[in-house]
Amino acid sequence: MTSFDVMFYVIAAITLFSAGVMVFSKNIIYNAMGLLFAFFGVAGIYVMLGADFLAATQLLIYVGGILVLLLFGVMLSQRITGLEMRTDTLQILPAAIVCGGVAAILLWMIWKTPWPKADIGPPEPTTRNIGTLFMTDYLIPFEIVSVLLLAALVGAAFIGRRNAQ
Amino acid sequence: MWFDFAAAFTFIVVGAAFVGVNLLISRLLQPRHPTAVKLSTYECGELPVGQSWVQFNNRFYVIALVFLIFEVEIAFLFPWAVVFKGLGLFAFVEALIFVGILLVGLAYVWRKGDLEWDKPQTGKYARESAPQFFEDQPAPVESEVREHVMA
Amino acid sequence: MRELIETLQSDQSFFAGLPPAVLTLIFLVLGAVFFATVMALNALVMVYAERKVSAWMQDRMGPMEVGPHGILQTLADAIKLLLKEDIVPAAADKRLHWFAPFLIFAVPCAAFVALPYTREFVFTNFDIGVFYVASITSLSVIAILIAGWASNNKWALLGGMRAAAQIVSYEIPAGLAIIVIVMQVGSLNFNDISLAQDGGIHRWFIWRYFPFNLIAFVIFYLATLAECNRTPFDLPEAESELVAGFHTEYSGFKWSIFMLAEYAEMLIVALVGAALFLGGWSSPIPGFLNSGAWGVLWFGLKGAFLMFTYMWLRWTLPRLRVDQLMHLSWKVLTPFSFACILGVGLWMLI
Repeated sequence: MTSFDVMFYVIAAITLFSAGVMVFSKNIIYNAMGLLFAFFGVAGIYVMLGADFLAATQLLIYVGGILVLLLFGVMLSQRITGLEMRTDTLQILPAAIVCGGVAAILLWMIWKTPWPKADIGPPEPTTRNIGTLFMTDYLIPFEIVSVLLLAALVGAAFIGRRNAQ
Repeated sequence: MWFDFAAAFTFIVVGAAFVGVNLLISRLLQPRHPTAVKLSTYECGELPVGQSWVQFNNRFYVIALVFLIFEVEIAFLFPWAVVFKGLGLFAFVEALIFVGILLVGLAYVWRKGDLEWDKPQTGKYARESAPQFFEDQPAPVESEVREHVMA
Repeated sequence: MRELIETLQSDQSFFAGLPPAVLTLIFLVLGAVFFATVMALNALVMVYAERKVSAWMQDRMGPMEVGPHGILQTLADAIKLLLKEDIVPAAADKRLHWFAPFLIFAVPCAAFVALPYTREFVFTNFDIGVFYVASITSLSVIAILIAGWASNNKWALLGGMRAAAQIVSYEIPAGLAIIVIVMQVGSLNFNDISLAQDGGIHRWFIWRYFPFNLIAFVIFYLATLAECNRTPFDLPEAESELVAGFHTEYSGFKWSIFMLAEYAEMLIVALVGAALFLGGWSSPIPGFLNSGAWGVLWFGLKGAFLMFTYMWLRWTLPRLRVDQLMHLSWKVLTPFSFACILGVGLWMLI
């Protein structure tokens, strides 16, 4: 059990526990906090795979952007005293059967697949490779991303404007 | 690289532990006499009236959305900036197209007024609440009066 | 740092007995405790400096009672705050109320790891150094939002949301100004950036590619000032506006954690600005005291100078209104920073 394995289990535990909090908690802000730590955990897993730039991007965009957006949306749309948004569990038995079945299928699939084992040597810095790939192989996706972002920006601004009126 | 990130992780944990230790020390040393007045929500000396909720202001959400789009753009520009030095005009033109398309988006949001924050105006609200202060001023044109939205 | 651990592992018999992971962990924890203490001491010194600087600018003396010329004033304040009762309002969300100070202190602590202190002995050598610092400091928004929310107080929530909107709006120009520098170095590594400015004051980035780097420095300075919620951008903390903003309902040591975190954040952005624009650990006179531990001295001096300018600005300029804040960020700083990127890119091609 190397230190790498210990670290992996720690990060996996953080991720899974926060995901559990996120799914099962009744308070919507606790859900958001669970999401925060789940994002942290995913960033940690990226680091373990050697994707340093991706881990920092995960933190920057997911935690610093999407989670902030979520929190703004939640905080602006409910009263402080007295939770208007409530989460509840209904029909536990059918849900348990379906979820258990899906989980069993997924676990069996994960167990049976012959995963190709990559040789994880010492991790190398990835930013330069990513930049070069953006300029050579993945140029068209790079430009299409900007069009996609433009569409998202215009659409979100439009919808947000409509809600105000 | 793993060492660096392990250091970062350790620093986060130790930072939180530092806070924890200090708060523990404070817990042990402080007096604890909670009274009803002390535990009530602060309202500048007045008793809180009504439910404390914030009037829905759209601006926060729209600003966060616009921010998110530009943050993703910055995340894409960082790798480009790292490799820019060695490459030539081609890389510059590509990034120019990338940034240009998003600048069109910025111009659109700017033009449509989504980046505006409500300016405080002495309109209906001020007049109605304290008319004695506005007797000597002419009444504003109805079309120019805007609701003062708490932002 | 890693080399130090490896040499210790191979030489000393006592240290060689431990598995390398445990040795690394011990060193990291010691380093982290050291840096957390430095953060607390920094807040102590900066609060005293702020009070003295503000006093002299307002033609008065500042704290003079406690210790010679009031040096021990902040220490006395810290002890007082430790002894104060920690009031969590009955209507507040207890768990989140406790959680926010932890997050807001841990974030600057994590950002200290990546900074370039000296030429030879670096604590960590992040390949994505600048990007890492930028992404870690964006986490403080969450802590502020949670602090504002957990207090269950109109003013706290409003202050928290305004602070979050402000920080978020100013992250864009700050990131773009950083990109201007990264373009010129070709690396995100802090040490590479400092090496590129080595050799004297004429090689610092702030003077090169005139005027684009200078504009980028001003944009970075203003944007990071706004991210720290410092005047003239301190609307979220304005006493006349929102009581104390998002930390209204925090008393005792929890409040001082917010203050510590704010000063730590100021130190980080001052040091990052010094590393990116003012040469990092290199000395202004080529060859003079330019190696080894002297790097920390120069780095610290540059950071301290920037922090002095922050305080100077605080007691000179009035506060910006919230719509002026947003206007400045989106309609002035962002277009100018895009123009800087364009200009530097064209210049580098020619």
